Amino acid sequence: MFGGKSSSAVHAVDDVSLTVAAGETVGLVGESGCGKSTLVRLITRLLDVTDGKIWFNRRVLSEIPARIFARDDDRAHIQMVFQDAGESINPRFTAAAAIADPLHRLLGLRGAVLQARVEEAALQCGLPLELLGRFPHQLSGGQRARVGIARAIGTRPRLLILDEPTAALDVSVQVTVLKLLNELKAELGLSYIFVSHDLNVVRLLCDRVVVMYLGRIVESGPAQAVFDAPLHPYTRSLIAAVPRLDGVRAGGERLSGEPRSPIDPDPNTCRFHGRCPMGTARCTTEMPPLRDFGGGRFAACHFAG
Amino acid sequence: MSKPVLRVEDLSVAFHTRGGVVRALDRIGFSVGSGETMALVGESGSGKSVTAYAIMGLLEAAGEITGGRAWLGDTDLVAAPAGDMARIRGRRIAMIFQNPRAALNPIRAVGRQIADVLLRHGGATRSDAGARAIEALRAVGIPDPARRAKAYPFELSGGMCQRVMIAIAVAARPELLIADEPTTGLDVTTQAVVMDLIQMMAAANGMATILITHDLALAAERADSIAVMHAGHMVEAADTKTLLARPMHPYTARLIAATPTGAGSLDALQSVPGGLPDLRGTNIPNCRYSVRCDRRLDRCDQVIAMREQTPGHAVACWNPLGAVA
Repeated sequence: MFGGKSSSAVHAVDDVSLTVAAGETVGLVGESGCGKSTLVRLITRLLDVTDGKIWFNRRVLSEIPARIFARDDDRAHIQMVFQDAGESINPRFTAAAAIADPLHRLLGLRGAVLQARVEEAALQCGLPLELLGRFPHQLSGGQRARVGIARAIGTRPRLLILDEPTAALDVSVQVTVLKLLNELKAELGLSYIFVSHDLNVVRLLCDRVVVMYLGRIVESGPAQAVFDAPLHPYTRSLIAAVPRLDGVRAGGERLSGEPRSPIDPDPNTCRFHGRCPMGTARCTTEMPPLRDFGGGRFAACHFAG
Repeated sequence: MSKPVLRVEDLSVAFHTRGGVVRALDRIGFSVGSGETMALVGESGSGKSVTAYAIMGLLEAAGEITGGRAWLGDTDLVAAPAGDMARIRGRRIAMIFQNPRAALNPIRAVGRQIADVLLRHGGATRSDAGARAIEALRAVGIPDPARRAKAYPFELSGGMCQRVMIAIAVAARPELLIADEPTTGLDVTTQAVVMDLIQMMAAANGMATILITHDLALAAERADSIAVMHAGHMVEAADTKTLLARPMHPYTARLIAATPTGAGSLDALQSVPGGLPDLRGTNIPNCRYSVRCDRRLDRCDQVIAMREQTPGHAVACWNPLGAVA
């Protein structure tokens, strides 16, 4: 949560708890403004938390200020793949320089050792070595995506945060990048947090899915179970909104309107109230807590289940 | 089908670049009827947007229509003088762009922008344009339209901006609406609402709609017919059901196999191997997919054109899938 300059505050991420196990892929879904990006910036320690804790292995990372974490040993262990590698790679860096940058800055590698690690990362990502001398604009979208991934895995992280890694790609190359991510995870024993609004892709890649709405988790559980039988009305609407090739759609209502303001929200009102097709008076006096529905499934709705 | 609203015949476009002439579109043909939605589907670089810009007469200076016709009723848009096209755009053909915030004027209130179109094309007068603009905002489902009319694009969400774009596009009740990736960059929930709105507006005004998208699933759900483009060629066209159930062009089949369905696993999906051929110079293969194709035969070197295999199902392939021998 951020504090604004005035006394009002944007509750960007509010009372969110989640765990990511070793080797697990957790999908983080929700509309823009739901707090996905803020949560990611908290986990990657680019932002400081107002309240709450972040554990990484046995360390409490949330106690290390963001500016100091930039030089922390664990910085190399939490890496990020950004949305559009064409935008997120310095246009004046060659592919090799882009991949080398974190290796040099975070691990202090140089010379032949650095060169070897750059090539290793490139090959792991299926990037031919002869492309390493090219600048981003000389690479195709798929190749740029591979550079972005190679840069992130170079430091041998434990946790990789993937922010819409295939959003800028054509469907023809999207599949190869998704398969590459799956292979790397198995090969390198990585854990993923996969941020996306493409639910069809989330379903393919994720073991578990966490659905956020206006800064709060409204549902979480095993991906397949959540997609097959969503518990929260918001999840139902999200799934129903995704176009499907087979034309089959889960019955769900269209969401009209837009999310409420995240500034000083009423702590007793369900954040989804007003847009929710089943909201009642109770939803304005009692914030629904995240309830356990068994089988690893949780939902925050008075009427779920 | 009654007389089509738009009939495109053998449309070809070339771009003159420093690297040589790029044959971006080669003999494209299709037609759309009143109240119908046709989807143009393909990867980036396939020529979908170039087709739209050529029809609108909005190709950039380096682009040139090198052949073909585009009939809007009895008007040939290719031959029409620039002055006529300026009257046709906005009145008879309208376009909705990807990234509405960039397409709107950032320093003009959205109500004024709608009023501008109503004054120019919609027969509004100075005294009633403002009120009609507010009505138009109400019609696209913007709450509190009188207040929102005074808002600038940056004050509205992406979904709201796209609604404003739709209000501007349909202001003059055009015959043809071209929607170029209208939902890319919007949240899934907003996407569905925006597509509902476009279809509702098209139905209410009897418009023909061309939906340009890279998302086969979106086309599957929203279009009556689909035309698949690849490297500036049209390779297959059919009604939506037929195209998805019985694709005949290997590229269409590959696209379908690469699109996540909402069921199935990652292993079941297959990528489309290879990339688009270089469209510069004269050494372009006759079948532009042949370089990527695993069904290639010797005769694939010969000139290929769209041919109807079954009524309403045309394909440009020498070795189509599931062809009747």
